[in-house]
Amino acid sequence: MNDIIIKIENIKKVYDSRTALDIPYIEFKSGMIYALIGPNGAGKTTLLKLINMLEKPTEGSIYFYDQRIDQSPSLDIRRQMNLVMQNAVLFRTNVYNNVAYGLKLRGYNRNIIHSKVLSALEMVGLAGFEHRKAKQLSAGESQRVAIARAIVLEPKLLLLDEPTANVDRKNIHIIEAILRKINSENGTTIIFTTHDLSQAYRLTDKIIMLLDGKIIPKNLENIFDTFLGEISLG
Amino acid sequence: MDFIINSFIEAFRLIFALDQDVFNAVFISLKVSLTAIVLSSIVSLPLGFIIAEKNFVGKRLIIMILNTLMGVPTVVVGLLVYTFISRQGPLGMLNLLFTSKAMIIGQFILAFPILTSLTISAIQAVDERVAETALTLGANKRQLAYTVFLEARFGLLAAVISGFGRIIGEVGSAMILGGNIKGVTRTISTYIALQSSMGETERGIALGIILILMTFLINLLFNYFQHR
Repeated sequence: MNDIIIKIENIKKVYDSRTALDIPYIEFKSGMIYALIGPNGAGKTTLLKLINMLEKPTEGSIYFYDQRIDQSPSLDIRRQMNLVMQNAVLFRTNVYNNVAYGLKLRGYNRNIIHSKVLSALEMVGLAGFEHRKAKQLSAGESQRVAIARAIVLEPKLLLLDEPTANVDRKNIHIIEAILRKINSENGTTIIFTTHDLSQAYRLTDKIIMLLDGKIIPKNLENIFDTFLGEISLG
Repeated sequence: MDFIINSFIEAFRLIFALDQDVFNAVFISLKVSLTAIVLSSIVSLPLGFIIAEKNFVGKRLIIMILNTLMGVPTVVVGLLVYTFISRQGPLGMLNLLFTSKAMIIGQFILAFPILTSLTISAIQAVDERVAETALTLGANKRQLAYTVFLEARFGLLAAVISGFGRIIGEVGSAMILGGNIKGVTRTISTYIALQSSMGETERGIALGIILILMTFLINLLFNYFQHR
């Protein structure tokens, strides 16, 4: 089987007259962790949304394994990947129903849903939170529920947009541990965005740097390092 | 002061004495208004959802018209329906005038704009990331719509409550279309109008208190569903 899970060729995404993303070629290998790093407006979120078929590129093509996915979103393929958004929104119900949501959509029976939800909550360190109202959780707990809601579906590809933004230090470590665990245990490919270069290096050495919608070539990464270092220090 | 106290005493006397006329009026009020609100919900909730979710030419105009219709006097709606269902009207052969069905039609029309307009607002108030989240978790179109609906449920129930509030106490259309026939089309509100025109103000206020209590109980029920 092809071990390239996502391949992107000549994509451009233009909003009004502003080019948000312009990538000639990039590929993501199955089973790896990738960090997309760059300042606000670099095109990180746009890239995740294009991969997740929530938006269509203005031009170019995107492949999931060998299937082209950029023009007609396929439910079958979408169900093999998940995007956990920045400050993920939880549904107005309890934690259990939030995590069970995707399983219910796929028609799993109640017993299977129950055991999967409990083990997903345990994995993110929120065992016993099933009956808590989702809207009353802290930012870190909410983010972990959102991750549980995604990983319970055992996706081949997990996309996370700033998974640790607005989360306290303790929760940052918990979330990073969860990502490592699902990557090593389930072989889930992970692509996440972050502002935090040190976090990117803690999780992976596959780092893609974006600036103004373009990928920074390898030979210029040191300049970018300095640039980002200044930002995080500031 | 005595006058108000006497009205309250009369209200409770009417309730506990199981006054037949009052109970008939309560029953007819509930039958007509609940039927109208259920029918209106069946039409308005999906229609409001479609208007909120789709972008089309004239959308803002439709919303403006709906908002305007929310304030139309009940008597005007009654008269309009009357022209259609009276003997000379295009629907005269259906013999609807002075029946509870005619009153339901009138109240349906009264509830429709408020319910549709508030449904649009409730759906538009749902965080747009809800739809994206549902999609990324694998929802198909039907599941997506259901999820957005569920997220808007507080606003939607508020819409239903407002629509019900508009019609349960209305007199204009009920009087014209129902004719205030005792035991057949006499609602609590038309009964109040009759009592006050006869100078029976105390009894009118007592009936008003019963109407408020009845509406309170219905709202209690809605509130229960809203917070489940």
